[in-house]
Amino acid sequence: MSSASTLLEVRGLVKHFPLKKDMLGRGGGVVRAVDGVDFTVRAGETLGVVGESGCGKSTTARLLMNLIAPDRGDIIFDGAAVGGRDLSLKAFRRQAQMVFQDSYASLNPRLTIEDSIAFAPQVHGLPYQQAVERARDLLARVGLEPRRFAERYPHELSGGQRQRVNIARALALQPRLVILDEAVSALDKSVEAQVLNLLLDLKDEFGLTYVFISHDLNVVRYMSDRVMVMYLGQVVEVGEAEALFEAPRHPYTRALLSSIPSMDPDRRTEVPPLAGDPPNPINPPSGCRFHTRCSQAQPVCAQRVPTLTTGGGSHPVACLMFEPGSGHTAAPASVPAASLATEGA
Amino acid sequence: MNMLNITVDPRKVPEVAFERSPGYWQTVGGRLLRDKVAMGAALVVLGLLVLAVFGPMLAPADPYKASMLSRLKPIGFEGHPLGTDELGRDLLSRLMVGTRLSLFMGITPVVCAFFLGSLIGIVAGFAGGPLNTALMRTIDVFYAFPSVLLAIALSGALGAGITNSLISLTVVFIPPIARVAESVTTQIRGRDFVEAARASGAGAFTIVRVHVLGNVLGPIFVYATSLIAVSMILASGLSFLGLGVKPPEPEWGLMLNTLRTAIYTQPAIAALPGVMIFVTSIAFNLLSDGLRSAMEIKS
Amino acid sequence: MIAFLLRRLLYTLPIMLGVALVCFSLVHLAPGDPLVSVLPPDASAELQQQMRLIYGFDRPLPEQFAGWIWRTLQGDLGTSIATNRPVTAEVFKAMVNTLRLAVLATLIGFVLGSLFGFVAGYFQNSWVDKAASFTAVLGVSVPHYWLGMVLVIIFSSLLMWLPASGAGPGGSDQWVWNWAHIQHMVLPALTMSVIPMGIIARTVRALVAEILAQEFVVGLRAKGLTDLGVFLHVVKNAAPTALAVMGLQLGYLLGGSILIETVFAWPGTGFLLNSAIFQRDLPLLQGTILVLALFFVLLNLVVDVVQTMLDPRIARS
Repeated sequence: MSSASTLLEVRGLVKHFPLKKDMLGRGGGVVRAVDGVDFTVRAGETLGVVGESGCGKSTTARLLMNLIAPDRGDIIFDGAAVGGRDLSLKAFRRQAQMVFQDSYASLNPRLTIEDSIAFAPQVHGLPYQQAVERARDLLARVGLEPRRFAERYPHELSGGQRQRVNIARALALQPRLVILDEAVSALDKSVEAQVLNLLLDLKDEFGLTYVFISHDLNVVRYMSDRVMVMYLGQVVEVGEAEALFEAPRHPYTRALLSSIPSMDPDRRTEVPPLAGDPPNPINPPSGCRFHTRCSQAQPVCAQRVPTLTTGGGSHPVACLMFEPGSGHTAAPASVPAASLATEGA
Repeated sequence: MNMLNITVDPRKVPEVAFERSPGYWQTVGGRLLRDKVAMGAALVVLGLLVLAVFGPMLAPADPYKASMLSRLKPIGFEGHPLGTDELGRDLLSRLMVGTRLSLFMGITPVVCAFFLGSLIGIVAGFAGGPLNTALMRTIDVFYAFPSVLLAIALSGALGAGITNSLISLTVVFIPPIARVAESVTTQIRGRDFVEAARASGAGAFTIVRVHVLGNVLGPIFVYATSLIAVSMILASGLSFLGLGVKPPEPEWGLMLNTLRTAIYTQPAIAALPGVMIFVTSIAFNLLSDGLRSAMEIKS
Repeated sequence: MIAFLLRRLLYTLPIMLGVALVCFSLVHLAPGDPLVSVLPPDASAELQQQMRLIYGFDRPLPEQFAGWIWRTLQGDLGTSIATNRPVTAEVFKAMVNTLRLAVLATLIGFVLGSLFGFVAGYFQNSWVDKAASFTAVLGVSVPHYWLGMVLVIIFSSLLMWLPASGAGPGGSDQWVWNWAHIQHMVLPALTMSVIPMGIIARTVRALVAEILAQEFVVGLRAKGLTDLGVFLHVVKNAAPTALAVMGLQLGYLLGGSILIETVFAWPGTGFLLNSAIFQRDLPLLQGTILVLALFFVLLNLVVDVVQTMLDPRIARS
């Protein structure tokens, strides 16, 4: 169900990467990086995306920006299909931008800071002089004095400063949606706090919508309105940030959240919340992909793939325990189809 | 301090100069200037270039004027500070005037190969996929020949002469340059800032022009300079075999060939043209090494 | 492992085919009738027609190419116009001579180069390093055919210690490993060894410096490993790459021996190539180039395979 305020809608996104065999004939197979992902992003909100490495969050980000072509699936921005008749790829890219994790690799070492920022506006037709002016303006707004920084080179800036530049660069086209892929993960904690606050201020000032990808749960909680949890290429839980963090439903989310070290000495973690290493996205487990590490797994979990359902709770979760009539002992009894809600708003 | 509350509006601040830092090439140039060995080599190269341009004007005697009476006179002979060759021509003048042709034969193929090889390599590296495979496999076939063999085979097939030698040498140098170009371009292509450029909606040409070329031409250029010395030796080698420059043009390799018979009578004179090739080769190699060192150190 | 070898061989086949194609095209590169390069212009029309039939110049190019490949695979590289002997025999006889020289030269170059390179890398940035590195630069910069001439001047003409040319009494057909023959090898092999020496010295220097700079070497030293231990460790790690470079240099020497063999009149493939060019002996020219090029490709393949087998990390790339 999409409302008027839905900015981005993603349906059935799939991306598999075929693996080449190496010189000795080993390898081969397919990495199922993103395997059927649906979600929406409301205008003006921050959607946090969390998961372990290899869960597909970065691939999803690149699929959204069309830096990689999806195998299947629809991406609908503000009601129009991206790359379709009403919204060309180039026009979409004016409205959606991305900030990458590696602040140094994201900047051309041969261009000055202002030239890097001014590049995108020039691509879309702005004359050089005006583009540079906009660049300097943006530098000021992200807290870097233009006189000191505009004509410098990336290697002369610190990590935090470079990330501010990357943010300024993302804003140069005046987008509506900004995807932040582990944007603060490589920064020192103190710098990270400054950049996060900057992001919040900019969001208010420009009326932006964020998709905030991170593996750091505390940061995601701080930044997000809603949070989406991914595991092995699929969405396992989606919900309002506070609700999800206070009362996680999916066993994986519960395990993730309980792995956050606590400052309270009374809340010691006795048993490691998650057993084993994340399984291989090349050969994901059958049925529910999490069942190999789930403390609540039952035989039915290996056979049946859970779908995202609300199942009487507060927010959608993909787990057989909450799917009526799934066969799991903890599942509620089967209810008439009318009151089943799929794909929470 | 909350940065956002204290914004500096650049329009309200008096026009104080923006803080600038030296650009990349200025930094490299600075480092190069401080490298004494490289600077010494650069001076030698400069001297050679001067000779190449002004040789005919600076030479004391006519390099073509033969004299059967003054054949193979030793060094220090009256009127001929470096002696005469097997046809009685003044050796010093021939060496000086020969600089032009020798340098030309050595440098031109590398220059041409630089442009052609870079074009092929950058296109292959940026495009990727089947185009890359097609281009690079073709290059690999030529790369599969040892350079000397390929140069001689092509020259032998095309025939002697300056143009043919230039063509065959250019063909010899295109594959290594193309490979370096492709390798460097592929590396750059995978970097995040190129992805970011794609994400901003730029087309392929724009991305290559703004983001790729600036990062790629430097390393390719340095590699190409390391080939100049080899090219010089190969070019004079072709003339030495009789496949390159034809007499009576003065060219160091050709001179080595025609003076071979004199190694028993006037060994010093017979060896002189080779000294020129040697010195030139060392100078270019040292200069190229210096350039590479200057570019390697990251700040 | 066998699969790996087969895979590498398969990868090389198209390259070898391409190399053959290039060799074949050489004949047709020069403008005009290829027959002109085979016969003098005033040959009778009958003779011309005969030659045309033998070489198949009247048939379409792809057919000529296929025919040539087919004959080559059967070991028939045609007949030399100048000597009327089968090309295959001539080439392989010359190849043996060149191999003698090239292998010796490579060994000398490897030993000396490794020595210089190791010393330079070990005592990095000291005067020893600078001296050794400079020698390496000299080695790489010298026009080797000129060096050959100089060595002949010094050792044959002036000192009269060594012969200036040839392959010894009785030529190369009756080769015996005695001084009478070996003395003919000394100068050419030394000359040939200079460039490989320079390249190997530079490579080894870079390798040694890199290995010594690795943090775990510092760790090894801290654990009390003696200098000999460190030395052996460096050798073990540098050896595969150094040997690979040596293998490649051997290949270059084989292909590029023409200049030195011309100076010393050494009856190897280079010398053969030289006479083939100047006598416009096309079958000999084509055959020699083909054999040399294919040998180089196969040598590269062997070096590649050996290097992969020695270094398990590379196998994955």
